[in-house]
Amino acid sequence: MEIKILGPGCAKCNKTEKLIREVIKETGSSATVEKITDMMEIASFGVFGTPSVIIDKEVKCTGKVPKKNDIKTWLNH
Amino acid sequence: MKFKPATNTMAGENKAGFPVFFSILMGVTAIYIWWVVYRFLPTLSSWVTYSLLPIEKESHLGASVEFFFYDTPKVMMLLFLVVFGVGIIRSFFTPEKTRAFLSGKSEFAGNVLAALLGIITPFCSCSAVPLFIGFVTAGVPLGVTFSFLIAAPMVNEIALGLLYGLLGWEVAAIYMGTGLFIAIFAGWIIGRLKLENHIEDWVTNSTAATMSVEEEKLTWNDRIVYGWGAVKEIIGRVWIYVILGIAAGAGIHGFVPEGVMASIMGKESWWSVPLSVVIGVPMYSNAAGIIPVVEALLGKGAALGTVLAFMMSVIALSLPEMVILRKVLKPKLIGAFIGVVASGILFVGYLFNMII
Repeated sequence: MEIKILGPGCAKCNKTEKLIREVIKETGSSATVEKITDMMEIASFGVFGTPSVIIDKEVKCTGKVPKKNDIKTWLNH
Repeated sequence: MKFKPATNTMAGENKAGFPVFFSILMGVTAIYIWWVVYRFLPTLSSWVTYSLLPIEKESHLGASVEFFFYDTPKVMMLLFLVVFGVGIIRSFFTPEKTRAFLSGKSEFAGNVLAALLGIITPFCSCSAVPLFIGFVTAGVPLGVTFSFLIAAPMVNEIALGLLYGLLGWEVAAIYMGTGLFIAIFAGWIIGRLKLENHIEDWVTNSTAATMSVEEEKLTWNDRIVYGWGAVKEIIGRVWIYVILGIAAGAGIHGFVPEGVMASIMGKESWWSVPLSVVIGVPMYSNAAGIIPVVEALLGKGAALGTVLAFMMSVIALSLPEMVILRKVLKPKLIGAFIGVVASGILFVGYLFNMII
């Protein structure tokens, strides 16, 4: 599973990354996390709110910090 | 005595659907308590300053310290209420919905709607660029996009709540009216200038299909949680600016002699409005930090128009934002953006110095 976090590095984006890494640690998931900070690259995903979370090419959440429970559900699929 | 563990069932029941009657009752009680504490603040701040601390009455230090202990809890309480309320309103809006609503609107009506939606659409300045791209590629006219981008940081719940609390509803209404006016007309003029070819090429060539995110169905409980989240997030971010702003304001309040500001920022000196804008643009602060300073300046004889111009240029135009926008806009378009918005602010500044 490939997780991409899109965000230029604002507080919410960092929080999102922290939460996702936490959940991965807790659940022992083998998912990889990549943070994308480049504006051009972010734009190429067609989202327009940051932070956004993309898992295996699917936009899971955009413009807000996801809830921990939501992240767990995404990781279980 | 045996300690009885707190039961967690209350919270659990609440989630499962607490009776509506009780929720309303709790809400009303909470607002009543809020109001009683709010009314009690002047007494409390005066007591802390003169009875708890060894400070003499009528002294400069006393005036500053009392101002600080009065304004800090007052501003925090107002922010709490306003951010929570607007948070709940905001849970009904998303940038996606706003964009869908704005695309294909005619220019002038589009500018008005964009400025109004800028107040209530959840927006963080760090997502200005993706949002800009999302709007422009979806066919929202350039000028309409700018109306949104100008209104969103300038006319927001934090500014309005603070102005209402510190300076009264008249100033809050004037600020909101003129802020919307600037957003609408600056956006409209930028649209008239036909600068579409001054957007960076990679944006116009971007072929990224807009991904759709399934829309969540929110219950009222979710909206209250959302509002509460907004309170934690916004107050967590701005409290330090508020305290620094109030401390600066308290210093001005206690130590700057009455009327000194009248000669520098008064309405007699014609150059004070452009000077405020020139000083304000490179400064970067949010509404929460600048408004306590503004309150103190007004108290010392600064003219309302000059102060409005200063505040708007600090909040609406900032160097960090320009650096971010430079990634999508060519220099000429950024120049037009700054020029048009600054002219609007100058106009508002002179207008209010003339009529008040």
